[in-house]
Amino acid sequence: MTATHLGMPAFPAAAREAVRDDVLRANLRRATHTIRDKRARAVTELADWDRLRAAGKAVKDHTLRHLDHYLLRLEAAVTAAGGTVHWAADATEANRIVTELVRATGEREVVKVKSMATQEIGLNEALEAAGIAAYETDLAELIVQLGHDRPSHILVPAIHRNRAEIRDVFRTEMGRWGRPAPDGLGDDPRELAEAARLHLREKFLRAKVAVSGANFMVAETGTMVVFESEGNGRMCLTLPETLISVVGIEKVVPTFRDLEIFLQTLPRSSTAERMNPYTTMWTGLGPSKGADGDGPAAFHLVLLDNGRTDTLADEVGRQALRCIRCSACLNVCPVYERAGGHAYGSVYPGPIGAILSPQLRGTGSGIDASLPYASTLCGACYEVCPVAIDIPEVLLHLRERVAQGGPVTREGIRVRIRPARGHTAERAAMRAARLLLERPGALRAGERLLSRARRLRPRRLPGPGSAWTDSRELPRPPREPFRDWWARERGGRA
Amino acid sequence: MSGRDRVLGRIRRALGEPGAGGAGTGRAPVEAAAGEDGIPRDYLRVHGDRTPAESADLLAAHLREYRAKVHRTDEDGLAPLLARLLAARGARTVLVPPGLPPSWLDGAQAVRVEDRADSTPYALDAVDSVVTGCALAVAETGTIVLDGGPDQGRRRITLIPDHHICVVRVPGQLVDSVPQALERLDPTRPLTWISGPSATSDIELDRVEGVHGPRTLEVVLIDAPAQ
Ligand code: SF4
Repeated sequence: MTATHLGMPAFPAAAREAVRDDVLRANLRRATHTIRDKRARAVTELADWDRLRAAGKAVKDHTLRHLDHYLLRLEAAVTAAGGTVHWAADATEANRIVTELVRATGEREVVKVKSMATQEIGLNEALEAAGIAAYETDLAELIVQLGHDRPSHILVPAIHRNRAEIRDVFRTEMGRWGRPAPDGLGDDPRELAEAARLHLREKFLRAKVAVSGANFMVAETGTMVVFESEGNGRMCLTLPETLISVVGIEKVVPTFRDLEIFLQTLPRSSTAERMNPYTTMWTGLGPSKGADGDGPAAFHLVLLDNGRTDTLADEVGRQALRCIRCSACLNVCPVYERAGGHAYGSVYPGPIGAILSPQLRGTGSGIDASLPYASTLCGACYEVCPVAIDIPEVLLHLRERVAQGGPVTREGIRVRIRPARGHTAERAAMRAARLLLERPGALRAGERLLSRARRLRPRRLPGPGSAWTDSRELPRPPREPFRDWWARERGGRA
Repeated sequence: MSGRDRVLGRIRRALGEPGAGGAGTGRAPVEAAAGEDGIPRDYLRVHGDRTPAESADLLAAHLREYRAKVHRTDEDGLAPLLARLLAARGARTVLVPPGLPPSWLDGAQAVRVEDRADSTPYALDAVDSVVTGCALAVAETGTIVLDGGPDQGRRRITLIPDHHICVVRVPGQLVDSVPQALERLDPTRPLTWISGPSATSDIELDRVEGVHGPRTLEVVLIDAPAQ
C-alpha cells in the first residue's frame, strides 16, 4: 500500500490525540449510536438473518478458495461483453494503468465514485502528479477532498465533521474547484446538499472519463455492481464515454444468483435500509456493445492485488478478505468510538482496519504493528459482521505474529519475520491499554453490555509475554471484559 | 512477468495448485465444491405469505417510507392521472423513452421530448420530467428495477431530470422478494435498482432527499392483468 499516511504515529499516540478532541468524539458518538440502533432494527426484520449471514460467508470462502478460477472466468465474461481487463499486482502498477488509460483519452480530469480501493492506492495523488484532476463526487468524499482532510469512516467518511464545519469548507473551497458555494450558504444539511448538487452537476454533465470501484463482480456473467445513495454513482457510471473501475480481486462472487444474499445483507448492515436508493449493475458495454448510447463506449476493469494475495496466504487472516465494507463493525466498536477513524492510519478504520491494514501492508511500521492491539476483544464486531469475520481471532493471530514473529507472505514471497524488536509490541499494547483505561467508567459499561453477547474463543492469550501458551491450547477463558482481564493478568506489572 | 501472471501465480502459491484434490495438499476441484450443496441456501426465498393485493400494499408502504409518492389507479385512469401529476408539477416538458405507449400521455399538456442516442446530458438537464415503465418491482424492499427496456429507455433519462414518474403494473410486474427479482432479471442488460428518491445521510446522518438523482420519485401502480 502506498497510501500509508506519512509520519503516522502508532495507534496509541494517534488515538490519544483523538480522545482529547471533544468535538470529534461527540460527533462520532452520536453518529455511531444512531446507525447502530437503526441497523439492529433493520436486521431484526429478516427472520433468516443468520442463514443469510452463513450463506454470505460460505459464498465468499468458496470464492476465495478458488480465486484464480473465478478471476479467469470473470476476465473472460467481461471481455466477451466488450470490456478490457487489466491486472495490477500493487498500487504502483494500478496507478500507472489508470493514468495511462486516462491519458489515452486526451482528457485532463476525471469524476470519481467513492471507492476504497482507489483511496488505498492513492490514485488521486498519482493522477494529480500526472496533471490529471480527480473530482470526488460522493458528498462525504467531496467534503473530505475540499477540506484537505482524510476519511474517517468507511460509509460516512466525513463523520467527524459537523454541519458548521462543512459549511465553512464549502464557502472557502468550492470556488477554487469549480462552481462556488451560493452566497449566504447556511448550515442546514438540505442547503449544503443543494450546494453540492449544483457544484457537481457541471462536472457530471461535461465529464468524459469516470473512475469507480465496485461492491461485487459476478464471475459467471461479468456483471459489476455498485451500491449507492446519492445518484453520483449513476452519473459517473452512465454519462462519461470511458469508465475505469478499480476493484480488489476479493470482490468477485461466482454467480448472478449469489447477489440475492448480499443485496439483502449489505444495505441493512450498512445504512440500516431495506435497500439503498440506487444500485447499478452493468455487464461490459451492454447488449449493444456500447452502440445504443446507454452508458460508456469503453469499459476498463483493473483487478487489484496490492497485498490481497499475501493476506490470502494466511489461513487465519484470509477471512478478512470476506469483508463487504458495510462498516457495521466500526459502529459497534468501543475503541473506534473513542479513537476516531484517523487513528487507524489507513483508509480502513475500525476493527476491519485493525486486521486488514497490517495484512495488506505488513507489520513493518509502528502503526501497523500496533493496530492488532487497537481492540478490547469484546467481540461486538464479530457479532454484527454480515459475513461472520471472526475479527478477534484474527487480532489475536496478528498479535502473536508481531510479538513472536513467524512465517508471513510479502509480495508473494514466503518470509519469516522476527519478533518485534525492543519490545515494540509490548509498548504498543501497554499504551493502547492505558488509552482505553483513561475513562474507565464509560468504557466498562459499554463493554460489559457488549460482552454479554460475545462468542469469542481466543485460543491463545493476547499480547507478548505469553509464550507459554504456545505449547498448549488455552482452556476457554472466562467471559469477561478486556479491562477486567487486563487488571487481573497484567495490572500488577504495568 | 505480466501483472496477470504475477497475481495468478501468487494466488496459486497461497492456495495450492487447483484441482489436485486428494489427501494432503491441493484444493478440491472447483466443480465439486461449487455445486448447490457447497453453499447453504436455506435462507428464505420470500419473507411472509401475502396475497397479490397485500404485496401491492406492502410495495406502496415501503416506497412511501423512503419518501416516494405512490398513486394507485387502473388502466383507464392512467392517462388522466399522469396528466394531472405533470400539471401539478408544472412540467412544461416531459422526456419519453422510445417504447412508451403513446396513450399514456394522452391529455398531458407537457411537450413530449423524445430521447435520442445523440441527446446530450445538457439537453436532458433542460427537461422537467420523465415518464417510464419498469422491468419489475420488489415489495419487500420497496424497489423498482429498470432494465433499459423500450418503455424505460437509456439509464440517463431517469437520472438527469429532477422528476421521475414510474409506472408499475400489479400484480404482473411485482415480485415479493430480492431472490425472486434476480430470477426474472437478465444480467446482460443494464440494471438500475431504485428505492426511493436520491438521498444522502452524509451530514451528521440527517437524511436529505435529493442530491444528484431525481429529487422527486412518483410511482404509479396500475391494477392490470398479468402480462
Ligand atoms: S468486517 Fe464485517 S462488519 Fe466490518 S465492514 Fe467488513 S463486512 Fe462489515
